[in-house]
Amino acid sequence: MEGVFKGDENYLNLEATELRLGLPGTNESSVTKNNKRASPESGKKIGFNGDSAPKSGDPVTAQPPKAQIVGWPPVRSYRENNFHPNKSESETGIYVKVSMDGAPYLRKIDLKVYSGYSELLKALESMFKFTIGEYSEREGYNGSEYAPAYEDKDGDLMLVGDVPWEMFISSCKRLRIMMGSEARGLGWGA
Amino acid sequence: MDPNPKKPNIPTPDSAISNGSTHSYSLVPDEVLEKVLSLVDSHKDRNSVSLVCKNWYNAERWTRTNLFIGNCYSVSPEIVARRFPRIKSVRLKGKPRFSDFNMLPRDWGADVNPWVVMFAKVYPFLEELRLKRMTVSDESLELLAKSFPDFKALSLSSCDGFSDDGLNAIATHCMSDLFPFEESVEVAQIMVEAVADCNSEFVLRCREISVSNVKASSEEGRYSTEKSMVSFLSRFSTSWTYSKVVLLDVSFLEHEKRNLTELNIQDNGTEDIGGGWLSCFPDNFVSLQVLNFASLNSEVSFEALERLVSRCKSLRVLKVNESVNLEQLQRLIVLAPQLTELGTGSFMQELTPRQYEDLEISFRNFKDIQALSGLWEVTSLYLPVIYGACAGLTFLNLSEAALQSVEFSKLLAHCPNLLRLWVVDTVEDKGLEAVGSSCPLLEELRVFPADPYDRHHRHGVTDSGFLAVSHGCRKLHYVLYFCRRMTNAAVVTIVQNCPDFTHFRLCIMNPGQPDYITNEPMDEAFAAVAKTCTKLQRLSVSGLLTDLTFEYIGKYAKNLETLSVAFAGSSDRGMQCVLEGCPKLRKLEIRDCPFGNAALLSGLEKYERMRSLWMSACNLTMKGCMLLARKMPRLNVEVIKDEESDDSQADKVYVYRSIAGPRQDAPPFVLTL
Repeated sequence: MEGVFKGDENYLNLEATELRLGLPGTNESSVTKNNKRASPESGKKIGFNGDSAPKSGDPVTAQPPKAQIVGWPPVRSYRENNFHPNKSESETGIYVKVSMDGAPYLRKIDLKVYSGYSELLKALESMFKFTIGEYSEREGYNGSEYAPAYEDKDGDLMLVGDVPWEMFISSCKRLRIMMGSEARGLGWGA
Repeated sequence: MDPNPKKPNIPTPDSAISNGSTHSYSLVPDEVLEKVLSLVDSHKDRNSVSLVCKNWYNAERWTRTNLFIGNCYSVSPEIVARRFPRIKSVRLKGKPRFSDFNMLPRDWGADVNPWVVMFAKVYPFLEELRLKRMTVSDESLELLAKSFPDFKALSLSSCDGFSDDGLNAIATHCMSDLFPFEESVEVAQIMVEAVADCNSEFVLRCREISVSNVKASSEEGRYSTEKSMVSFLSRFSTSWTYSKVVLLDVSFLEHEKRNLTELNIQDNGTEDIGGGWLSCFPDNFVSLQVLNFASLNSEVSFEALERLVSRCKSLRVLKVNESVNLEQLQRLIVLAPQLTELGTGSFMQELTPRQYEDLEISFRNFKDIQALSGLWEVTSLYLPVIYGACAGLTFLNLSEAALQSVEFSKLLAHCPNLLRLWVVDTVEDKGLEAVGSSCPLLEELRVFPADPYDRHHRHGVTDSGFLAVSHGCRKLHYVLYFCRRMTNAAVVTIVQNCPDFTHFRLCIMNPGQPDYITNEPMDEAFAAVAKTCTKLQRLSVSGLLTDLTFEYIGKYAKNLETLSVAFAGSSDRGMQCVLEGCPKLRKLEIRDCPFGNAALLSGLEKYERMRSLWMSACNLTMKGCMLLARKMPRLNVEVIKDEESDDSQADKVYVYRSIAGPRQDAPPFVLTL
């Protein structure tokens, strides 16, 4: 659906004009497909104010990043991007605790791993085995018992998705998946 | 001296046939045949044995205890259950290899559940299960945990679908609870003794007990799947039980041998499944010998891990995950100096000088260590703590550690006995030169790319590094090499230095890249490999390649079993040469090559002699695949539909022989033609 992957579409157009060394007719797709069938999150209008743009290549050479071909080179996915010898402080992950009402122990996730709200929410859904409803600015998360909330720098409990992604990951101190009536209270604007 | 000069009249095969006798050629009594066959281990030999005659087929199937199935869809659980009654260990493989690189949609299949359900019914004395590229649900793991009182070893390699809950079940039920079953066996044994003593009263009494047990079970109503297999079995009549015991040759009295000894999880995905399972091993569980959870991401309870290691005195393989830090590692290894294989956790932690020293001493105390891995985020500062353990090391796996050439060279100086080395290309050519000079016994080298998608433009390794290794390590026979440039001349020299290659997997990471000095295709390189390495079993080609490469492979690679091809070839002729020329070919995987229907259809009977064929992003159409399917009914020709591609193209094709017919569990996007 439009609006959802706009950022990626622009990225694609850059690639069409890039000169490449390769066999003519080589099948190249710019977006790394994941295993799931491509199903745009129809109906979910999660605020995409500032999904982080895909990182471009080395700024010194100003070369557009090489298009990534699915499954090539043949390395297992966990080997991706594991080794950056010049890892500075700012490149280490942003780990926050995640609690879910009713669950006995907490989990920890690295917010840097996700490029936007949709990925984060999907990960939370699969980690805690629940579904999040549809987000809208007006009503918060509709359609499920759970709502993802977070504690920000000021100690306030906020609803996940209200602020641009970059602002979110820099201000989020911990996540809390709230349940039931408490959750509904949050969605109704101040 | 032969006391019996007259030789007995032994029936020859010819006389047996010409006499029209219904007995096949068997001058060997069945019991002897079975005894001899029980010593035959290799499944290839056993398959040959089973083809000799009906007697041998039967003797073989009764004595086979190790089952190996290279493609889970080539046969069905029912067929296996009918043929082999006495299986104790199973190795089962599922998805095609390209699923490791995200080329297979999720939910493609290879669910182990129907197999586990069958094993629970037919092989209650199963001891080992080793799975590769299969989907393993928590339900399957729970069934596994509860159904096999003798279960010893579970190995999951590149598997998915399970979570903490499933592993939880395995840990919780790691000790067998056989008491009710034992009771019935004891009654059976008493009964047999009583028969021998002609004590009919005793025999009748035993029979009454067993019969009443059977009655009790039928009164309780139908067996529900929730009851454990063990309690169900205890209701069986003792005579039935005892006969099974004799048949299966299981000794129930050896308590210690009945519990879990191995839990081995490798190359798992990156999903965080939870770490609570480790805390579920009972406090009196002491028999663990192999524990590998290095590829699981979640934090486990260190206290539980420490207690487990301290009470399992037979532990010889311990591979922890990244969540275990250096301080914790130290506490673990002082408890287990007997380890032969160690996988450390994270090496990134600030240590005091005292802690550093303690760690050094602990590594020196390993007398039997042969393999070392893990070492996440190790830096040049702390790498030296492991030096003390390196003298006897035969396998060093640094594929999680981005070492630079200087610290790597220093480390290698301590490892003269290395046979297998896995490393990341951050060590560069200079590091590989050190390999050549420090490790003369090396047989296997794998160099992984730190930056596979070229985001940071690192140098990596090149032709000169590979050359340097080949000069110093003449026994090299297995290589996996990811590089950004290569020349024909280098490869020609390399195989002259090391002609014994059995596995040659070269990946020039830029698709279709020529020799970077001559700008020629890399045909000459692989021609040299095929010609010089007569023992070659596995080959992966890359770079700019014409049909010439495949002509050479077809002509010279007579022992080739596995071939992987990507972005190569000029026409159908390439694939045809391979299909016509390589008699031992079993697995052929091809992607992004200009091979079309003509090439596909030049295989036909060949595919029945192979395990499988994978072709993706080639020039195949649905018509071509349907023709193949029609001509070869004993092959499963499967097309994986891609939403984006049009209906006439066959974008991903998987062909394999099967005696089980088309898949019953195929998802909607897999079409069996």
